[in-house]
Amino acid sequence: MRVTAIGCTAVLLLAMTACGGREEAGGTGTTATGECQGQQTTGITDKSLKLGGIYPLSGPASAYGAIPKGIKAYFDFVNAEQNGIGGRKVEFLVRDDGYQPPKAVEEARRLVEQEKVFALFQTLGTPSTTATWDYANQQKVPQVFVATGASTWGTDTAHPWTIGWQPNYVSEARVYAQYLKQEKPEAKVAVLFQNDDFGKDLLGGFKRALEGTQVKIVAEQSYEVTDPSVDPQMSNLAESKADVFLNVTTPKFGSQALAADAKNTSWNPVHIVNNVAASVTVLKPVGFENVQGVVSSTYYKDPNDPTWQSDPEMMRYQAKMKQYAPDADPAVPYHAFGWAVASSFHKAMEAAKCPTREGLRDSVRALGNVQVDMLLPGVTMSTGPDDGFPIESMQLMTFKGERWELFGDVIDTRKEFGPLTG
Amino acid sequence: MSDTAEVTRVDAPTRAGALRRVAAERWRWIVLAALFAAACYAPFQLVPFRVFQFTMVLVYAVALLGLNLLVGHAGQISLGHGAFFAVGAYGAAIMLDRFELPYPVTLPIAAAVAFVIGLALGLPAMRLRGLYLALVTLAMAIFLVPLLKRFEEVTGGSMGLTLPKPAPPAWTGLAEDQWLYFLALAVAVAAFLSAYSLMRSRVGRALHAIRDNEAAAETMGVRLSFYKTLAFAWSAMFAGAAGCVYTWVIGFVSPDSFAVTLSITLLAGLVVGGLGSLSGPLLGGLFVMFVPSISQDVNEAAPGVIFGLLIIAVMYVAPTGLAGLTGRAAHSIRKTLRKE
Amino acid sequence: MTGFLQQLVQGLGAGAIYASLALALVLIYQFTGIVNFAQGELAMFSTYLAWQFTAAGMPFWLALALTLAVSFAGGMLIERLVIRPVEGAPELTVVIVTVGLFIFVNAAAGWIWTFLIKDFPNPFPGGALEAGGLRVSYSTLGVLVVVGLVMGLLYLLFQHTRIGLGMRAVATNPDSARLVGIRVGWTLALGWGLAATVGAVSGVLVAPLLFLEPNMMGGVLIYAFAAATLGGFDSPVGAVVGGLIVGVAETLAGAYVGFIGSDLKVGVPLVIILGVLLLRPQGLFGRAAVERA
Repeated sequence: MRVTAIGCTAVLLLAMTACGGREEAGGTGTTATGECQGQQTTGITDKSLKLGGIYPLSGPASAYGAIPKGIKAYFDFVNAEQNGIGGRKVEFLVRDDGYQPPKAVEEARRLVEQEKVFALFQTLGTPSTTATWDYANQQKVPQVFVATGASTWGTDTAHPWTIGWQPNYVSEARVYAQYLKQEKPEAKVAVLFQNDDFGKDLLGGFKRALEGTQVKIVAEQSYEVTDPSVDPQMSNLAESKADVFLNVTTPKFGSQALAADAKNTSWNPVHIVNNVAASVTVLKPVGFENVQGVVSSTYYKDPNDPTWQSDPEMMRYQAKMKQYAPDADPAVPYHAFGWAVASSFHKAMEAAKCPTREGLRDSVRALGNVQVDMLLPGVTMSTGPDDGFPIESMQLMTFKGERWELFGDVIDTRKEFGPLTG
Repeated sequence: MSDTAEVTRVDAPTRAGALRRVAAERWRWIVLAALFAAACYAPFQLVPFRVFQFTMVLVYAVALLGLNLLVGHAGQISLGHGAFFAVGAYGAAIMLDRFELPYPVTLPIAAAVAFVIGLALGLPAMRLRGLYLALVTLAMAIFLVPLLKRFEEVTGGSMGLTLPKPAPPAWTGLAEDQWLYFLALAVAVAAFLSAYSLMRSRVGRALHAIRDNEAAAETMGVRLSFYKTLAFAWSAMFAGAAGCVYTWVIGFVSPDSFAVTLSITLLAGLVVGGLGSLSGPLLGGLFVMFVPSISQDVNEAAPGVIFGLLIIAVMYVAPTGLAGLTGRAAHSIRKTLRKE
Repeated sequence: MTGFLQQLVQGLGAGAIYASLALALVLIYQFTGIVNFAQGELAMFSTYLAWQFTAAGMPFWLALALTLAVSFAGGMLIERLVIRPVEGAPELTVVIVTVGLFIFVNAAAGWIWTFLIKDFPNPFPGGALEAGGLRVSYSTLGVLVVVGLVMGLLYLLFQHTRIGLGMRAVATNPDSARLVGIRVGWTLALGWGLAATVGAVSGVLVAPLLFLEPNMMGGVLIYAFAAATLGGFDSPVGAVVGGLIVGVAETLAGAYVGFIGSDLKVGVPLVIILGVLLLRPQGLFGRAAVERA
């Protein structure tokens, strides 16, 4: 065995001296000439644009795997009917990470090094995004509009190539805090939250926004995504006799909590459900008669909401989804989310001064009140040198009959609470 | 478990003549040396993304090697090895993050911590058998996730910890991915050698005796609980070492990365790779790494459909795992060669 | 005090859910001697079938009967197609095949029916029975009653029928059973069919409470394992009692033990199982296996 070990070491040393046998990863990229000289043009030509996204298509979080279907439908539609984005046909590659960070790293490397994408357009989930953003920033690849509302993406300064899109969970928490301050200044709040980055971020933001007010949190209960049911948590919360219930959950648990609240006739708090679980598809299984008066907030148009029935963008979405993604049900809100984020990318790419990676990076960080038709009227995208959050406005809504009814003005959390800092 | 004994018999000295044995041994070392040479040469030829993939194969292989000690050699089923993997990964992460220890130091400590925890849990757990042990270890793996979230000051809670990756020393002239690959390769080689010598020692023989017939082994004076607990602790140690290298390579740990799926994937990977053989863990690592992406290429809408089918298919074709299959193939090749 | 009793009721309700799936696990273990990881997913799939039937306009009870029949046939078919080829292989190989089946069925359900929540009709009335400040919803009562019924039927099947006798013989020693003229293959298939049927009952019972989506049974499975381990894998009564104990202990610990809280309550079944197994490895109601040296 000793002989083999020595032999192997020799081979190892030999191999090491042969280093440099492969091309360096960065060396194969292309750069622009002319005005944008020296900037990276990997994955983009005058006719084409290659993007890559990483989503959980398998495993426990596969529900979110619907988002890329909406994105693909949008790009297919733009490619076929509008000659792509600025004459460039978009190719959108989707890879599965099963919501596993090591898988996300692997897929990010595959997209960047093997597929040579222009940008990572969405990685889904805080863990997967955190695991990949160091890599994206080292390689200087834009990682734009990541599908997670953690506030880190906007407050961090060491990762200029990564940016979020949806309102971050802290901003959403601020909207509810604002609502309570005005409507129920002495509210006692019970909170149910998912014990992960999403739940903790929203609850933390809510607590910070309540500082200095008379609104108090009197009970908190968490659940794990692996729990079968949140019923035990709900009965614990009911004992607190709080007069407001903040429901910070993902869809299935949202339905369970709404049902538990409806069943318990001796506890009737004002029920606030967070945006993630506010889709009509979550409320319907509980029974519309049981969810009257529930409060939530939103920023994009729900395809199940009759309010938007004759909205031109919604009609276009419904028609094009049927045409370009015939297998996908347009009523799934994740599809609409995908549509909205893809059209946001369309706008950001068009606004880029240079058709380069640097151009996209700078463009998404200099959005000035950009309108996206799938977003609510009055909700726009704005970013700046010290503002890394594209969407920070939301509007409150309450459930009446069979649909959400928007009320009040669009709340711009930047104006109400000042910019968000780490 | 009697069928798996056949696979290991290839490792053990056979009844065949000494001459043929020497020849077989020599063949094996030549193959291993060639494999090792290829493993050393590969990172200079492959793109960084492929190098990363093989680094992860090595990480999984080390974990599976540990699991193999327990399942393949001692005949005890664990569905909680993701937990020991997590202990190693978090151990390394906490040492790097809170105490800012140099990274080479984290490996022995992480492995030792996993060993001690394995020993502590092994004492009660090893009184259980088969199915019950599997379920208790499964419950441990599930419990670990909320536990990691609870001690937020140390573990970073549900946000996890982000860590710097080990930088290649300047004298090597290696890129980061190559350096990480060689670190993983070094750990894997050390792990394979120690597992190999462990199995050839008195302990290995005692474990085989327990697996094949517990009662007989006990009658012959093998201290059952002692060896079983030891096997559990060792397998935890290997998993811990693998977890430590995982932290170096990924540079990020979070509780949900070590959910119960990891434990089940590890066990499935081992059985698919082949129980009780030395090549099983490596083949299992390749399966765990590459088959999910292949599944996605086949069916993008629902990769799980293909992945599930592939697991079932491998078990049909090779009930003793891929190692058994390659073993059979090698055997028949040798036989044809000898005939000529 | 009312608060405590209410928590107790809550725990029993959760326990009944765990018990319903644990019964299917016990059943298949009795017939085949293996732990079926796919049992929960098969139950979920059956529930989707029931949903599909009602969505097509079928009355609930007819849809249920049809679902049970299809599940029985499906279970037998799975045994023939998926399990039979690895029958002689090591036990672990069969277990891994069920893991593969788990992944396959889960992904297939998501593929066919998407991951959106389906509204599943509740066979029980919506309200709650109120007495002395306590509220017990009719759904919970209904689940408890049905679980008790299934338990009774299984007990009769195990102890007082020829099938039960043959089944125990097959699970204990297939070779000897074959020698005395029991049709082993048929008995194994029957076991899968019956377990799938009991699983379908479980799925239909819990769907109105947990809401139907492909991951509905994933969380329940672990607790059902705990219940079956606690009660003993060879006893339907044990599975139900085990389920109720796990549900109550978990709920009470989550509510009243400050350190445990709602995040660590999943550790309670772990501690219970470990404790029970160390003191009584065969479970509360199980029969101790006699070792032959």
